[in-house]
Amino acid sequence: MSEETPRLVDSFTAPKEVLQEFAELAEEEDVDPFAETASKRQIAARQSDYHNKRFNRVANESGDAFKDGDDSGYKEAMRLQMLEKEEQRVKRLIEDKEKQDKEEGKENMDLDRTPPRAEIQAAAQELAAAAGSRRKRRWDVGDEDEKMEDIKTDSKEWSDQALESSAPKKRRSRWDATPADVSAGPGETPKRSRWDQTPAAQPDAPPIPIIMNAPGIMSEDKHNRYLTDEELDAILPSQGYSIVTPPPGYAPLVAPRSLTATPISTSLGGFEIKESSDAAAVAAAAGLAPELPTEIPGVGNLAFFKPEDAQYFAKILKEEDETELSVDEMKERKIMRLLLKIKNGTPPVRKTALRQITDKAREFGAGPLFDKILPLLMERTLEDQERHLLVKVIDRVLYKLDDLVRPYVHKILVVIEPLLIDEDYYARVEGREIISNLSKAAGLAHMISTMRPDIDHADEYVRNTTARAFSVVASALGIPSLLPFLKAVCRSKKSWQARHTGIRIVQQIAIMMGCAVLPHLRNLVDCVAHGLQDEQQKVRTMTALALAALAEAAAPYGIESFDNVLKPLWLGIRLHRGKGLAAFLKAIGFIIPLMDPEYASYYTKEVTVILIREFQTSDEEMKKIVLKVVKQCAATEGVTPHYIKQDILPDFFKAFWVRRMALDRRNYKQVVETTVELAQKAGVSEIVGRVVNDLKDEAEPYRKMVMETITKVIASLGASDIDERLEVRLVDGIIYSFQEQTTEDQVMLDGFGTVVNALGIRVKPYLTQIVSTILWRLNNKSAKVRQQAADLTTRLAIVIKQCGEDQLLSKLGLVLFEQLGEEYPDTLGSIIAAEGAIANVVGMTQMNPPVKDLLPRMTPILRNRHEKVQEASINLIGRIADRGAEMVPAREWMRICFELLDLLKAHKKAIRRAAVNSFGYIAKSLGPQDVLQVLLTNLRVQERQSRVCSTVAIAIVAETCGPFTCIPAILNEYRTAELNVRTGCLKALSFVFEYVGPQSAYYVDSVVTMLEDALTDRDLVHRQTASTIVKHLALGVAGLGCEDSMLHLMNLVWPNCFETSPHVIGAVMDAIESMRVTLGPGVLLSYVMQGLFHPARKVREVYWRIYNSLYLGAADALVPFYPDVGELSEGQNVYDRYALQVFI
Amino acid sequence: MSSELRYTANTQLEHLHARYTGTGHADLTKYEWLTHQHRDTLASIVGHPTLNSYLAIAENESIGRIKFEMTERMLQPCGPPPPKDED
Repeated sequence: MSEETPRLVDSFTAPKEVLQEFAELAEEEDVDPFAETASKRQIAARQSDYHNKRFNRVANESGDAFKDGDDSGYKEAMRLQMLEKEEQRVKRLIEDKEKQDKEEGKENMDLDRTPPRAEIQAAAQELAAAAGSRRKRRWDVGDEDEKMEDIKTDSKEWSDQALESSAPKKRRSRWDATPADVSAGPGETPKRSRWDQTPAAQPDAPPIPIIMNAPGIMSEDKHNRYLTDEELDAILPSQGYSIVTPPPGYAPLVAPRSLTATPISTSLGGFEIKESSDAAAVAAAAGLAPELPTEIPGVGNLAFFKPEDAQYFAKILKEEDETELSVDEMKERKIMRLLLKIKNGTPPVRKTALRQITDKAREFGAGPLFDKILPLLMERTLEDQERHLLVKVIDRVLYKLDDLVRPYVHKILVVIEPLLIDEDYYARVEGREIISNLSKAAGLAHMISTMRPDIDHADEYVRNTTARAFSVVASALGIPSLLPFLKAVCRSKKSWQARHTGIRIVQQIAIMMGCAVLPHLRNLVDCVAHGLQDEQQKVRTMTALALAALAEAAAPYGIESFDNVLKPLWLGIRLHRGKGLAAFLKAIGFIIPLMDPEYASYYTKEVTVILIREFQTSDEEMKKIVLKVVKQCAATEGVTPHYIKQDILPDFFKAFWVRRMALDRRNYKQVVETTVELAQKAGVSEIVGRVVNDLKDEAEPYRKMVMETITKVIASLGASDIDERLEVRLVDGIIYSFQEQTTEDQVMLDGFGTVVNALGIRVKPYLTQIVSTILWRLNNKSAKVRQQAADLTTRLAIVIKQCGEDQLLSKLGLVLFEQLGEEYPDTLGSIIAAEGAIANVVGMTQMNPPVKDLLPRMTPILRNRHEKVQEASINLIGRIADRGAEMVPAREWMRICFELLDLLKAHKKAIRRAAVNSFGYIAKSLGPQDVLQVLLTNLRVQERQSRVCSTVAIAIVAETCGPFTCIPAILNEYRTAELNVRTGCLKALSFVFEYVGPQSAYYVDSVVTMLEDALTDRDLVHRQTASTIVKHLALGVAGLGCEDSMLHLMNLVWPNCFETSPHVIGAVMDAIESMRVTLGPGVLLSYVMQGLFHPARKVREVYWRIYNSLYLGAADALVPFYPDVGELSEGQNVYDRYALQVFI
Repeated sequence: MSSELRYTANTQLEHLHARYTGTGHADLTKYEWLTHQHRDTLASIVGHPTLNSYLAIAENESIGRIKFEMTERMLQPCGPPPPKDED
């Protein structure tokens, strides 16, 4: 807008800043608003660091222990594991040293400065020495390697390295080993870790190892790929810098442009090189191509395609000449296509692909399959659905491969074990399933030898998941088979980690198998028992936890198995503090409930001293455990009320009934639960008497905690134990805390209702006060308060009536009546419900306001769309229609009828049911004609639900007023030409006959002609519904002498048995089955026999189906009806049933 | 219930049928069907005491003997299975 243009009134525009904002928005347009949620869907993104440790695991091939000549598997794995431990130890040493250095002021790690070369080398050498021969360099270009080795040996700095190189086979650093050596040396291990991958996949090379830390390599995207030359030019200033030419002899391993994979962690210091040279796929992998394909040659349409998928499936993204590929390559492509279909395809595509991959699993072989599947599972951007599908593939493939999976057991475990600690229940179940199948396929010996190295792994994460996996193996192959191994592990002298894991396995077995541990309980307990005296604190703690789990699983049996551990446990609680003590207490808490009463009492007394001491603890975990143990002890039979009152309660209340406990949700719950449990022993008045004064505490959360406890105690034990003085204090406290609440809470409402209902007639003296509170709150400004007051009225109505305070009730009724203009639907619903409760207890005749005034007021409210209002009003109206219909004029009822039709569309089933029932009540008081007319007319409306409900209502009217009132009207309505109406009539009839049962015998003849018409109609639904009618009719009149008309109907139903539509055939089969009941199986057998050996298979199939259901229904009764086929006898086969030809 | 569900419910029912001895299918042979009929007949006689005693009187045998014989006869009541056709 320029200055000089005159401003016209009608041509104003938006303010500048708004336009600016839009412009900025437009610029940001390619920001994906769903990006954030997409990352939420990714499993890795929402999991904790601990869960994501799985990406750090390295898997090795597990040698097949059962294969000849390949016994290196277990030994090798153990060696690797030792090395890894050693490496960790050295790393820790280095870290410690650095830290120490820093503290001493020797600031070596200046970030601006490169650290002295010598230092890095020293560290590197130390590492390399530790890593030993396991590490092999990843640069596999042979000649370069030699060159580098030459340089190293020449230079003085590498002198010690040079010494080593004189004995290269013994200790070699990972930097200077050529992969060629690996394959050459027969003594060398065939194992390959991620360090020695060959960048280029030659088809004839040994199988490519699966990269378990795939994210390091796979998760590159446009944000962390290498910068191109153009980008560098753009970033760096053009003056003052020059591009240095590479030193002579430097040949880049690959052109930087074709670099697709870049490890995130630069500490690895190397490149991963993709074998693919296809530009499009590479670009897609690097996130350069914005358009992601959803249509892939040979795969077809996919549901979605993620940028990350491109790198896994690069090979099949481009068109290739298939004739040039070798068999193995073809196989690989085939597997990739199937996997892509399964992972990203639409359900039907996925289904067929899954079937194909399962069928061909043995043909593909374990190696190629798992080489493709497992890296996908380790992808960081994996989502739940994809993981589920891939896991399913593994599961299916496992079945087929059976013992062929052996070399891949460890790799599979590394991928699947993390599922066992997933927070998603179904993921855990899936993981268990796979591991259990795996152990069945591979066998116990192989599983043990594969997982043994991980048992004392340096990383706690690995040990944790391994323990869980072992427990799955135990449940799959049986505890007894694993017991000897468990015993050995739990007694391991070599490392405490092994003992720790062994005991943890026992714990996991108990948690997973539950009471199934009972037969082996003694063995398991003996397995872990000595761990209580272990010198390692962690082992002792874990042992106690394992015992707790075992006792919990075994409850209430098996105390005799724990005999050996009782003494150390009870001694242990005097020796331990902190975490250890918590675990011991937990074990004790679970063992005490198993004991005989007298022992339980003795041992409880022993532990109580410690418990009371720990009441003071500030540790949250300890607090929870102490509360739990107190609860468990209090629940045992042997602990006397006297003991609880005397020894536990005083300290318990001092320590836990403080305001602070109400603030934390978990503590709150625990304290309430424990107190309720104590009340079971100590009695209501003891507990309530102690806390009742706190109902007037100034902290609201604390009052709530008190209220909840009182509610639960009184709800379970009643109020008869409460004496007069306590009663006064209790009611006073409740009224106080109810009035003082600032947030309207269900707890207060429930508490009030429970206490008053429990006190019953004793509450009479306080009623005036309570009701005036309610009345006052009913007029409160806040809708929530009004709603709560109305809800309270609903709960108190019965008690007020019991106390004979009808005056108060009618007063409340009037006030509520005046409140019916309420505008907040939730509150209105509560008010109507309260009015309904009052009407319920006083009865329709005594109701104040009188019913004839109340009902007209309800009619407009019925139009309210809120569910709560609808439900409350329909209940009230139904009640009035049921009990006091005559007090309201018929015109009003008709008006309500019309309003009720709308309620038939309600979403909530309870509302529809109440509405349908109300029709019945109204029809009963008014006579059916008018109501029926309304309902029949309603069959013409569009909504199906409304029509269906009308038919149900018609049937109910028929039931309450007698079928003779309705059936003529329905038959008359059936003559309407409209299809919907006719179907509705049929439906209504089917419900009618369903409801009236044997009464239908009187009406069979009157409906036969209509059924003839319906059963011969062209319309499928007609015949279906008619068949349903026939079914109900046949079942209703069984044995009442209507066989003639039933046979007639049967002849009409029978031809429909060739229908294929599922609903229709279901209804027809049902009708035929009920004919068996009415006509007897013999008649049906003669029908069926016509087609059992029909030349057309389609006919035979249907007839055999009918025969089968006939046979299952009445096998014995068919015996006399089987035809005499003696003349069919031939040769050895005599078909005469001689036993039936005998006569006296 | 969706049509698909209903459909699967039906197929499940058929699975169930297949589990019961005595039910048949479109390819059942005469011999198989009649064998089932005979077994059902014999089982019915054993199961109904009145039929049992009727036969006992007619054959002048003890009730226990009749029961035993009926039970014995349930093994291949119509003789050995006929040889299968070559095609």
